[in-house]
Amino acid sequence: MSEEILEVRNLKKWFPMRRSLPQVLKGERNHVQAVDGISFKIKRGEIFGLIGESGCGKTTTGKLIMKLMEPTGGQIVFDGRDVTNLDAEGLSEHKRNVQMIFQDPYASMNPRFKALDVLLEPLVIHKIGAGREERTQMAKKALEEVKLTPPEEFMGRYAHMLSGGQRQRVATARTLILSPSFIVADEPVSMIDLSTRAEILQMMKEVQKDLNLTYLYITHDLSTARYFTDRIAVMYLGKIVEMGDADELIDNTLHPYTKALIAAVCEPESGKVNKVKEVPIKGEIPSAASIPQGCRFHPRCVYAKPECRERPEPELLDNGNGHFVACRRYKEILKDLNN
Amino acid sequence: MDKILDVQNLKLYYYTSKGAVRGVDDVSFHINKGETLGVVGESGCGKTTLGTALLNMPTPPGKIVDGKIILDGIDILQLNEKEIRKTIRWEKVSMIFQGAMNCLTPVYTVEKQMLETLQNHREMEEGAARERIKKYVNLVGLSDDVLGRYPHELSGGMKQRIVIAMALFLEPSVIICDEPTTALDVVVQAQIINLLKELKQKMELSFIFITHDLATEAEVSDRIMVMYAGKVAEIGTNEQIYGKQGPAHPYTRRLLAATPRLHKKIEKLDFIPGTPPDLLNPPRGCRFHLRCDQADEKCRSEVPPLKEIEPGHQVACWRCFE
Repeated sequence: MSEEILEVRNLKKWFPMRRSLPQVLKGERNHVQAVDGISFKIKRGEIFGLIGESGCGKTTTGKLIMKLMEPTGGQIVFDGRDVTNLDAEGLSEHKRNVQMIFQDPYASMNPRFKALDVLLEPLVIHKIGAGREERTQMAKKALEEVKLTPPEEFMGRYAHMLSGGQRQRVATARTLILSPSFIVADEPVSMIDLSTRAEILQMMKEVQKDLNLTYLYITHDLSTARYFTDRIAVMYLGKIVEMGDADELIDNTLHPYTKALIAAVCEPESGKVNKVKEVPIKGEIPSAASIPQGCRFHPRCVYAKPECRERPEPELLDNGNGHFVACRRYKEILKDLNN
Repeated sequence: MDKILDVQNLKLYYYTSKGAVRGVDDVSFHINKGETLGVVGESGCGKTTLGTALLNMPTPPGKIVDGKIILDGIDILQLNEKEIRKTIRWEKVSMIFQGAMNCLTPVYTVEKQMLETLQNHREMEEGAARERIKKYVNLVGLSDDVLGRYPHELSGGMKQRIVIAMALFLEPSVIICDEPTTALDVVVQAQIINLLKELKQKMELSFIFITHDLATEAEVSDRIMVMYAGKVAEIGTNEQIYGKQGPAHPYTRRLLAATPRLHKKIEKLDFIPGTPPDLLNPPRGCRFHLRCDQADEKCRSEVPPLKEIEPGHQVACWRCFE
């Protein structure tokens, strides 16, 4: 068994746009480059965080790994097997191994299903377990794993009879019931109240340890990512700009974009009311349909020089300790900041 | 300092077929001129309900049952709907709603919808009205060319700025912001917060800043009011809540401990087990006692009053009075 459970190589997803008449005549087409060539590896038993603003391609990446969409280019290797192009049978197996927890626990549960039905459905679809009796036993076990005990009490409830936190637990139980090895969690706690958010994250961590799962945690929230994940990749406009150990990335940030993100985060501390916060970033995020040339961050970067636009896009390179950064000038910028 | 808004024993109940849901239950607080009051709490604690009550605009089946809202010396609950429309709403108190960027009409240009609101309230020549709109659009950091555009041509942050400009251009003295930054990305969020701070200093405005996020509140609010299950749990200055000593009420303390920090490595985050109570049948005594690890007999039987424990710091908790 190899150390990596998932490897993504130069993954791309371009969505075609509607063409104007001149474009049709010329045979051209524009694309929204939602995911534009990303590569990363996730180790077995790791929690990997994918962070970025809305529209940066983080959810699309999750869906590509789930095989809910076909990539435009690149390769996905899961558990030592290339899963980029699968037949129906292989796809069904992949979807058993990789499961997803969605953002909105209110929308991801059928309101006319009881919790038990929600849990039985994946078993029926994948033809696991013989008969209702055995499947119900499996559902009970899954509910116990997410600490909804006693399971009998929750099995008969409809979605509206559960709180947001309990719904997210049922959603987690639904993913666990197929005994996957990899879970994509797309903003699993952003709709949950603060008082129970930590409870859900802790439950997810416990389940991960007990069952030796690997998570891809997709979020826009750096604070929960630092608490929850082992490694973080920061995405900007379809590319990974920085990647590394969670603590290292936040304490020793290298890329100017990550720096701006970190500066923008609010912290619950006193004495900041009368200060205007400095966020070192310019303008607004450009459309993914017209990506700037050169370094794609240069129009918003406060440290940009002409070379950032003129030279080809910087690659994501290792800084030495597994901390990757896609910026040519990061050493100079750090030096300037320290002086 | 001058009190601009004084709310006394406000009660707003939602009359459902199952009975009265006590959305806001006996809430009293005040705001000084040029100050930002933060209102924090979990979903369903009554913070948005409170915002609508201050405009005397409860969402049906809600009704204001009791209390006083004194704005600039006038109890607005004594006025009839027509008077409120003419003299209070948007004139003296305006509100930036949750997800406000979706409040813009998609079929009107920005200028047209701003003009409509303005001309409804003020008899103005069209030229003068346009000048005023331009002035406020510039004030929120946008250029004139957004005026001719439709909402779908603008980004989320730009739309939020337009809505802020609309809340400002009748020159109200109090602005209620209900989760104005929740739907925005962190960078845009920081920009909007900076904008609100600048406006506050420039124009001597008073803000009520409603959010569920304690971290955002720490950046914007001079004083913080923590609500739990329709009641005020604690009111304190920014320093009293976020400073070294920490808040007094167990609910605020635990909520703060449940907030993840970016610049600190936390091994285990605290959380509050259970869920907020059903406001149809709120529990006897302190409403937090079911989830509180310090509750005793008195907490279970008697409702704690909101009492001052040090200057400017009010708490509703029996254990804090000891």
